[in-house]
Parts: sequence; C-alpha cells; structure tokens
Amino acid sequence: MATAFTRQNSTEFDFDHLVQHDRVHTSLYNDAAIFDVEMDKIFGETWVWVAHESELPGKGDFITTHVGMQPVIVSRDRKGVVRVLLNRCRHRAATVCEAKKGNAASFVCPYHGWGYAQDGSLRGVPMADGYDASFNKSEYGLINLRTESYNGLIFATHNDDAPSLDDFLGKAKPWIDLFMKQGGGYPVSTGGEHKFRFPGNWKIQLENTTDAYHFPVVHKSFLNSLDSQAEELFSFLDGDGYVEDLGNGHSVMVMIPELVDLDANLDDPIPDRFEELAEELRKEHSEEEVRRIVRAVGGTGFNLNLFPNIACSMAFFRALRPISVEETEIRHIAITMEGGPEAANQMRLRLHEHFQGPMGFGSTDDAEAWERVQRGSQAGPDLWIMLNRGLDGDGNGPGGSNRGDVSAETGMRAAYGEWKRMMQA
Amino acid sequence: MSTSIQLSEATALIWQEAELLDRQDYDEWLKVWSDDGLYIIPIEKDCDDFANSLNYIYDDQSMRDMRVRRLKSSFSMSALTAASTVRTVSRFTVSNQSDNAIEVRAAQILIEHKRDNSRTVAANVDYRLVRGPNGLQIAQKVVWLANSEDSVNGIGYLL
Repeated sequence: MATAFTRQNSTEFDFDHLVQHDRVHTSLYNDAAIFDVEMDKIFGETWVWVAHESELPGKGDFITTHVGMQPVIVSRDRKGVVRVLLNRCRHRAATVCEAKKGNAASFVCPYHGWGYAQDGSLRGVPMADGYDASFNKSEYGLINLRTESYNGLIFATHNDDAPSLDDFLGKAKPWIDLFMKQGGGYPVSTGGEHKFRFPGNWKIQLENTTDAYHFPVVHKSFLNSLDSQAEELFSFLDGDGYVEDLGNGHSVMVMIPELVDLDANLDDPIPDRFEELAEELRKEHSEEEVRRIVRAVGGTGFNLNLFPNIACSMAFFRALRPISVEETEIRHIAITMEGGPEAANQMRLRLHEHFQGPMGFGSTDDAEAWERVQRGSQAGPDLWIMLNRGLDGDGNGPGGSNRGDVSAETGMRAAYGEWKRMMQA
Repeated sequence: MSTSIQLSEATALIWQEAELLDRQDYDEWLKVWSDDGLYIIPIEKDCDDFANSLNYIYDDQSMRDMRVRRLKSSFSMSALTAASTVRTVSRFTVSNQSDNAIEVRAAQILIEHKRDNSRTVAANVDYRLVRGPNGLQIAQKVVWLANSEDSVNGIGYLL
C-alpha cells in the first residue's frame, strides 16, 4: 500500500552534485524542501525501527511512537502478533491513543467513539444506522504498516514493495546478534530512556554514532571523570578499531576490538571499576557467570549504525526522529538484563546516567556540538560538509567493502550513499 | 532544647542552595550536602524506586564531586556555554518532621537564557534536610521536572 504523497518533486534537486562520495552540500542540513523529500523518499519508503520487543511483552501491550513524522501505535494483538498502526482514526483523523505505553483491550477514538481492536480492525461505530448500506467497517480499520522484526528489534515500513527486513539488514545481522550478547545470559530488555531534542538536522545525529574522531575532543570531560584504566579503554583512537560499510547505509564502528564478542575472553582480568560488582555477584553466582555478567554490564565495544534511525551503540539503543529540517529528537534507551541480578542492572542504569541524557557527562556536550553544526551551517551556504577522512580504506574491507580506521568517515559515506540512492529512486 | 527544625530555617537553606546554583558556585554547593545525601532527578512521574530506575541524575557524594569537577573543568563545552539562570523556590509545605529532620515540598520556577532564547524549566522539588554536627544540610533532593517524561533538552547547569 503506497501512502506516500510527494509534496516536493525530488527531480528539482541535482543529488549527484549535492551528494558526492567525499562531501555533501550544506543544504542537506538546512533546506526545508530537501527535508520534505526525505520524509517521503526515505522515512516513507524504507524500514524504520519502532520498538524493542521487551517494550510490549504481553498481548494487548502497546507503545506509541513515530515512523518519520507519522504517529503510530505498536501493538501486540490478542494472537500475539505485533502490529504497527497509523495513530489516526479513519473517520475524522483524531489520534486514537495518546498514552506513551500501556495495555489496552481496544483503542477508542475520543472524538466520536469509533472503536478499534488491538490489530487495528474497526469494531464499533456509535449510531451506525446513520451510515447507508454501502458503509463497510472492514474498509475503515487503522492502517497497518508492514512490520517485521529481527532479534528483538521491530521495524515497520510504509512500502509493501520494500525488500524483506532480513535482506535490508543484511551484513548488519551478525552485529545485531553480537550486540544482544550484553544480556549476559539473560534476555535484553529496555530499561527506560533519556529523550531530548536539539536544534539541528537529523543527519547530524546520524553521522555522530559513526564518528569516533570527536570523542577525545567533545568528551574530554567525560574521559577525565573515569578511572585511569577506563580512560585508557575509551581512548580508542590509537587502537586497532575500524569502521566498515555494511551495505544499505548501515555501518559498524569498532572502537574497542576486545569487546566485540562479550562471550569471548572471559578469563581476562575484571576491570577495577567492576570489581565491587563482581564481589557482590559472587554471593549468588559461579565465577563463570560473574565474569559473563560483569563483561556484559559495560556493553559492547562497537556502534552499529542502522540507516536511517536506529543505532545499537555500545550499551544502549539510540533512536532519532526528525521533527523539522532543523530540529531532531533523540532517545537514548537504556538496556537491562531481564531477570538479571539487581546489582548488575543498577550498575547498567548508573553507567547510562553517567554519560547519557540532558545532564549526562557526554550527551550534553554532544548536543552542544550538534547545535553548533546547525548554526555554523548558516554561514557559507555554498560550502561543503566534508566526509573525506579515511578514504584510503575504501575497498580494503571483507569482499572489497569499504573499511577505514576507527576515525574514518566511512560510515557517514555509507549512510549518505544510501540517502542519495533513495532520494533518486 | 527542642531539636525540631522550623520551616523558616529550612527555607533559608533551600534559598541559599538556589542562590549558589544560580551563581554557579559549585564548590560551596557541595558543602550544603550531608555525606550520604542523594541528589535525584527522576524521569517517570510515579517513580518510587530511584535506585532501580533510570533517572536523569542519581548522584551520591562521589558523583556530585565528579559532576562539579566536570562543570568547572573548562573541558566541557556545554558547561562553558551554560545558560544563565534565575530561579525561585516557593510554595513550601512541610510533608514530614522529626527530630533533627524535616521534609519540605516546594515549587521551583527557573528561567534560563542562552543564545537569544529563554526557556522555563518548572519542577516540584522534595527536600529532606537534616541537622548534623555541621548544621542543617540537604540529605535528599528530588527534582520532579514537569516535562520529565517528554523530551528534556541539554542542561549545562544544575537544577
């Protein structure tokens, strides 16, 4: 079902000129007409991440969120099937649900009382005899988007002709599997989130999760707050990390190679900052379990950037939502081990609070940097956003893919390559 | 001699703290806390277990010390460019009172200004103040932001 209505004619833009391999034009950050095309050609077409399965474990559980600009309900129906429903009554357009999350037997429009089942089908219409015989309730269900999931990550698309989610994720799938090992033997669960907005374009944030180059500059005050061992761990620009283009706009940035596989190297010494936790866990767990849990608590050593809106970023999920050409909402979603030891989950929450959120030691400085990018992009409208770091890694990855050193802008080039392909499709 | 704490004594400390924060005098701010004090900014409105929930801030003394070091370090660009703030704390009610301790609920209205933009940050604040050898100190401060469950943009100062 194609619902996209193209407000702007994308052919008026010369994307071959605006998006080159090693640079993109400044207008990609601040041209509202380009933003409108993005909402149709990218967020209206491709797979967009909407939820983690732990957010709706039981039948009738739901959350509300967005696919691009469009409000949706992610609902687990009475058969246990996850549905992504446009949050718009088919009568006169009111949202049928404004709760952020909950459990509901049905969704009833507050305006005239049309009632929808958990799968979106229209069940009840008050004073139905006011409609003539041609009125057929089966034609007025909430619009269901195509919905598929992989290893707990739920995606939706407006595009019935999109490739399968499996094909779309492609080479990113093994990295998702590695990321989910941070359950430490327990199921990965979301554990609350920090949500904030910054006055800047969404692609500034998309770039950032595959940008190791900024870390020692922007996050110096975070690094200074760590013990010397942890500070060394996070000083990864001198290490053997890399950024690899995974196709379809996705990329992985490996910052700490020894933390790629959390099930490996369990005999490594326990870092000082986790020693107290390990001691606590030893009361209830075998040494092998303790080491596995402790290793998982700190998260993985990589950021997996999935185009266009979700990253599996070391120890949390980072989802972005475009609000306007120069405003973006970001959610940093914490991860916990479902049913795992309380002390371990508390440590995960404290580590998340340390870096993330509007008063965290890291995100606050990121947000300032991104705002400065948007402000600066008002100067020199004909200048370029440069993406030419680590070009010598092109073709050096597995199967001739692009793979640069950890500070290379390989991941950004991957994302903009997909952006250009979709905008020209 | 009565050990109860009068509301007037409590508000004097609360206003002193508010003034220290508006002036960004963070070293002095650290001294108004008891050693086991907890400074908390929750996310969920009905949160009743801060330790097992994700918060914006869940600071014991060592995190407060680290936070202040960071804010003063000149290596944090958000702290260096922090908004200027003017806050009032009022609408005080005493929610609990015992020997050497008082719990006060209040409203805080803060206006921040940065780069041609002013924004209001509104919160209910719960204080627990205790009298110890060093006089009256803050044992717990919970800042319930009015917008805590929606997006909360970067804050380069303290609430």
